[in-house]
Amino acid sequence: MNTQFWVIQAFNGISYGALLFLVGSGVSLIFGVMRIVNLSHGAYFLWGGYIALSVINATGSWALSLPVAALAVAVIGMAMERVFLRPLGFDPLRQLLLTVGFAFLFQQGALDIWGGNNMDITPPATLTQSVVIGGIYFPAYRMFMIVLALVIGVALWLAMEKTRMGAAVRATVDDAQMARGVGIDTNRISMFIFALGAFLAALGGVIGGAFLGIYPGLDFEMLPLAFAVVIIGGLGSLGGAAIGALAVGLADNFGKALFPEISYFTLYAPMVLILAVKPTGLFGRQ
Amino acid sequence: MVSQQIKIAMVAAALVAFAYIVPHSGSFVVLLATRAMAFAILAMSVDLLLGYTGLASMGQAAYFGVGAYLTAILAAKFHFGLGWDFWLVVLLGILIGAALAALFGLFAIRAGGDYFLMITLALGQCAWGLAYRWNSLTGGDNGINLNARPSFGLDLGNQVTFFYLVFAFFAVSMVLMYVLVRSPFGRSLTGIRERELRMQILGYNTWLHKYIAFIIAGGFGGLAGVLWAHTNGHVSPETVVLTTSVDALLMVVLGGAGTLVGATIGTAIVFGLREYLSTLVPWWQYMLGGVYVLTILYLPMGLMGIPSRLRQRIASQGKSEGSKRLATKPS
Repeated sequence: MNTQFWVIQAFNGISYGALLFLVGSGVSLIFGVMRIVNLSHGAYFLWGGYIALSVINATGSWALSLPVAALAVAVIGMAMERVFLRPLGFDPLRQLLLTVGFAFLFQQGALDIWGGNNMDITPPATLTQSVVIGGIYFPAYRMFMIVLALVIGVALWLAMEKTRMGAAVRATVDDAQMARGVGIDTNRISMFIFALGAFLAALGGVIGGAFLGIYPGLDFEMLPLAFAVVIIGGLGSLGGAAIGALAVGLADNFGKALFPEISYFTLYAPMVLILAVKPTGLFGRQ
Repeated sequence: MVSQQIKIAMVAAALVAFAYIVPHSGSFVVLLATRAMAFAILAMSVDLLLGYTGLASMGQAAYFGVGAYLTAILAAKFHFGLGWDFWLVVLLGILIGAALAALFGLFAIRAGGDYFLMITLALGQCAWGLAYRWNSLTGGDNGINLNARPSFGLDLGNQVTFFYLVFAFFAVSMVLMYVLVRSPFGRSLTGIRERELRMQILGYNTWLHKYIAFIIAGGFGGLAGVLWAHTNGHVSPETVVLTTSVDALLMVVLGGAGTLVGATIGTAIVFGLREYLSTLVPWWQYMLGGVYVLTILYLPMGLMGIPSRLRQRIASQGKSEGSKRLATKPS
């Protein structure tokens, strides 16, 4: 185990963290605004990947599949919020159970539409090359993932901090009742945030599909990882999601490389430790 | 309202009828009923947490799995638990489930609310990850086969004998949990579900109450796992997977959280629908999913809530004249 090993594993961990950020930030945002733990989030990830596959099969364009899949899933998420979650009012347990029901329906739907085989998303050739830095080969695709997550993270942060819409979202996170009182349409905010969360998860599905593959059961594999991200970072905080994603990405990667038999322990142990110290996560609000 | 004694008598009669009819209904039904009863113990343990304590546990498969793996590993590697020592395995299964819950509970109960849910889910995945990855102990993805069921005077290889054994465990578990939820301890749990802050102000140690409930549920989960291992004859990561926990949760919600009978009915319906619908229509999964969604949307109390809903409706129709008059009174 030399420097090269550590550098490559760290790089892989960070790029995996970039992917997890896309999924986790959505969970965190939706919880922050609506107090719903959305268990369909893994399904959004899976559907994003599958829809992208269909687009690629139909048009041959990977670049086109990204926005199409993400927007399609955003519409699905928005419809779910509007038609089913909204009428329940503020009842977190029932809303949660409803998202479980949908997770199952989505899973079965994906199995029927796209079948049970493992599939891969092939990114364009320019992204499948490697970049040599200091004698170490870095896959360009993983670099692309890191850059994309950075861009999205910064864009989200700017949108939250600098725009009127973002201010309204933050107000809703802090105190939904008060936000309504001063005339913020929290219903619209909820719908928008749900769509945004679904959009990000689906984007993650397309991006992740290239190295994780797309297969039945992936939805329920991503979900706990996304939860680990927000548990570590704290619900409702973007910065927390970023730190959490990085921590989970690195822990998962080093765990699998160093202690393959107990790799899931190395993933969840930091989470449990952080919880023992701070039950609401590193950046959580209570 | 039907009085509690009559309700108990109805449940007892239903159980006796069930135990009498099933063995005469062919081996397929016997096996299905055995599986459903083993799983119903798990569902009731989930109900103990969800329905009576207000904690949505998403990791109950961990205790189920640890019981099942314990049974399978002891039987396959050490030939232990295939004779009289089966009872020892049952005891160990309960203990290991409770011990794991005692460990996990330290982290989960502390958090509460939505964090509780996510932490139990993550801890459950931890157990799944071990089952999946720890090849030398668990056989990894392939799992472990149990070649024979225990035999100690009673030959549990016989489906009907085994059915009666699982039935006995199921009935005893149900009675024990019923006694528990009707006890002062169970009442305190319901109080915590309704309003934890008030219970704290009244001087109850709500953390300890929830922690004990969590451990008890883990113990029943372990028991269910031991029975499940012998029912199926095969234990794999599939036993511990998240969907097992979610299944149990949905069964409870479908039947009616907060009633042990509801959890059982939910289990029976899901197992029944799965086996029968899957032979009839290819889109049976959607029906199951649709039933869940509709239940949550329109029957918050689950199927067990139907009678009280009907009563309410009838009562409100009968009294509609009176209530109109009351409504006009200044209050």
